[in-house]
Amino acid sequence: MAFSRKLAAFAAFATLAAAGVALAQEKVLRIVPHSNLAILDPIWTTAYMSRNHGYMIYDTLFGTDEKNQIKPQMVEEWTASPDKRLWTFKLRKGLEFHDGKAVTSEDVVASIARWGKRDAMGTALMTFVDRMDTPAPDTFRIFLREACGFLLEALGKPSSNVLFIMPKRVADTDAFKQIDDYTGSGPYIFKRDEFKPGDKAVYLRNAKYVPRKEGPSGSAGGKNVYVDRVEWNLALRDAQAQANALVNGEVDVLEAPAFESVEGLKKAANVQILNPAPAGLQYMARFNHLHKPFDNPAVRRAALAAFSQEPFLKAQVGLKEYYRPCASMFTCGTPYGSPAGSDIQSKSNMKKAQELLKSSGYDGTPVLIMKPTDLASIQKLPDVAAQLLRQAGFKVDLQAMDWQTLVGRRSKKDAPDKGGWHMFLTAWQAHDIWNPIANAALDARGEKSGWFGWASDDKLNDLRAQFMRETDDAKKKQLAEAVQARAFEIGTHAPLGEYVQPVAARKNISGFFTTNGNLYWNLKKN
Amino acid sequence: MYKFLARRLLSTIPVLAIVAVLVFLMLRLTPGDPAAILAGDAANTEQIARIREGLGLDRPLPVQFAIWAKSILSGDLGESFYFKMKVTSLIGQRLEATLSLATLTIIFAVFTAVPLGVLAAWRFGGWFDRILMGFSVMGFSVPVFVLAYILIWIVSLKLGWLPVQGYKPIAEGFGPFIRHLILPAITLSVIYIALIARVTRASVLEALGEDYIRTARAKGLPESRVLIRHALTNAAVPIVTVIGIGIALLIGGVVVTESVYAIPGLGRLTVDAVLARDFPTIQGVILFFSVIYVMINLLVDLSYVFFDPRIRY
Repeated sequence: MAFSRKLAAFAAFATLAAAGVALAQEKVLRIVPHSNLAILDPIWTTAYMSRNHGYMIYDTLFGTDEKNQIKPQMVEEWTASPDKRLWTFKLRKGLEFHDGKAVTSEDVVASIARWGKRDAMGTALMTFVDRMDTPAPDTFRIFLREACGFLLEALGKPSSNVLFIMPKRVADTDAFKQIDDYTGSGPYIFKRDEFKPGDKAVYLRNAKYVPRKEGPSGSAGGKNVYVDRVEWNLALRDAQAQANALVNGEVDVLEAPAFESVEGLKKAANVQILNPAPAGLQYMARFNHLHKPFDNPAVRRAALAAFSQEPFLKAQVGLKEYYRPCASMFTCGTPYGSPAGSDIQSKSNMKKAQELLKSSGYDGTPVLIMKPTDLASIQKLPDVAAQLLRQAGFKVDLQAMDWQTLVGRRSKKDAPDKGGWHMFLTAWQAHDIWNPIANAALDARGEKSGWFGWASDDKLNDLRAQFMRETDDAKKKQLAEAVQARAFEIGTHAPLGEYVQPVAARKNISGFFTTNGNLYWNLKKN
Repeated sequence: MYKFLARRLLSTIPVLAIVAVLVFLMLRLTPGDPAAILAGDAANTEQIARIREGLGLDRPLPVQFAIWAKSILSGDLGESFYFKMKVTSLIGQRLEATLSLATLTIIFAVFTAVPLGVLAAWRFGGWFDRILMGFSVMGFSVPVFVLAYILIWIVSLKLGWLPVQGYKPIAEGFGPFIRHLILPAITLSVIYIALIARVTRASVLEALGEDYIRTARAKGLPESRVLIRHALTNAAVPIVTVIGIGIALLIGGVVVTESVYAIPGLGRLTVDAVLARDFPTIQGVILFFSVIYVMINLLVDLSYVFFDPRIRY
């Protein structure tokens, strides 16, 4: 009896020791994301945190590489009929959901259908889709009513909403209800039992994931995972506390350190500052086209002429190495980035703005600008806008409110003095605005249009429709330029320059690659 | 005593009902749309309307209130719009961190402030008294976040003794648990040390002027016994009251400390819920806080009986 007790004690000790060794060897990547993760359905919301969560656990049919080219991801090969109305896709081998079931074409079709009800490009694509079918478990087909020029761009779009492939049983969920099953087939497995919103989200390496052979590039290429576990620290949101924690080695990566912290972090011995997403983000001022004075295109053009980009960038970013003026509405450096039609803003000045305003018939209506007081990333932009508009001759009513109040108020179509608004300012990640379909501010269907501000212009809609149908790349580029020129002409909105968000990481973290978001594969912790 | 207890417990019902109605109405009347927040930046007005409908926010206010009140009466605080979890689960997840921080803070504060206050009263007008009062003014004046950053800079970044941020549940070991709580608790306790020390000093000072103290000293009792057994015990009622109020305030007042030290407690939950206009969570947390306040006040009232036998309920 005594011997068996000793044996049991020894066995228990050995087990504990083995567990201890295993724990000691486990590589944990500790990341501080840019915000809190609350919504776990990346199709239901366009929130970037939900998108990033999606990239961790789901895979995509296509990806967008660092040169903004669409590349296959879950798809092995595909063909298009000569009239480009029938597209056939074959999935690559070895795709498996986290529950061990194979990814089939039925899962893919169900996922496309749900995404097509929520995403801007998805809904546009579905207006072309006649039907989809699944002739084999690894093959699906998309039948189009007429040829469309953005099918692959839509299937491989890298930003919200990304077409993530879910099991059919999950993808069959009503597109306006959130999913509650987080089974994916991506490089990480979500640890639902360890998820505490506002505290932490945990992802384990998916040992069964079969990455592509190519190197990682954007959202395309091989998704190799070299750590056992990724922990998102959702509690650490104070900018100074984030910097302190990184310097002290308590976290490994800061996804979005405050610009004010960057110079200090550069001096820290064990910290590196990186720029893995050079496409960056674009600031934007959005006019409300429904109400005076911005229901008048001439007034909007006067505001455009007043909005020189440099003052916005200097005030908000400050560090010259992280910002760049850009005259394009489609993000400079991406396929449709171009200065076409931008002279009204890029080659203008305050004197011109004043002249334009005088000749516009502006009646002195105060412009109500909504200023978010709690969103540091865009907080200073409204003050600059107000000052420039005042210099141009506008009367300005700058109203401070928290971001969530702004978000609620901007969806109201009421007159500004009855709870509505005239202008708000925001920022977009490059790939959310990089073509005429994705860029929500260019939807000009009036009150039916997809985004707040409700621009209305038949010519612009017509040009966008032509772009959707065009399949020739050169002609698409021309059409995108025409769309942009028309948008500047009627003043849909004002691009206010671009910036890149640096990432701060401990020096023992390597493997960062050029991405278009916050992607956490290929990283090594030494 | 039991009648008093029953009466006080019954009186919490109208208090909580009034809090519930006020919170419900205030949230609905303040600007901000939970559906627009949930939908994300690129959502359109139609999608937002669909989400609003899904949350039941398109229904008349009395209907929304009736649904919520019914669920509360069955012990259910509802489901968070934002986190898609039961509000009771959310509170449960965060309660340990906040309670741990509040408990350690109040222990620091009481065990530091009461002796200091007694000593200051004993040496009234002397250098110790003056230093303590000076410290007390500083304690009231220095913002919590300034103190937090100074402590982090010295203790964590320069000396490397304690972590900068985070919280470890006690289930992960007492060592990590206490290491993560020491700095936040010290930071938070400073203002309570200042408050409790001042009240203790004033109460003990008043007691020291009483006849029974003169009698005790005349009997030849040691000064320590005079101070602790006679002066402090008789001065305890206002001190206990302040400590009780302190505990109640701490439970809901740890927001800044939790933010600076990244502690996932009820304070952060409240801020997140307010920013997201997560009505069920805000309502649930405030109701929970109200219950805590009422219970702590009741305990304080009951404790008077033990400190002052003249008090009868």
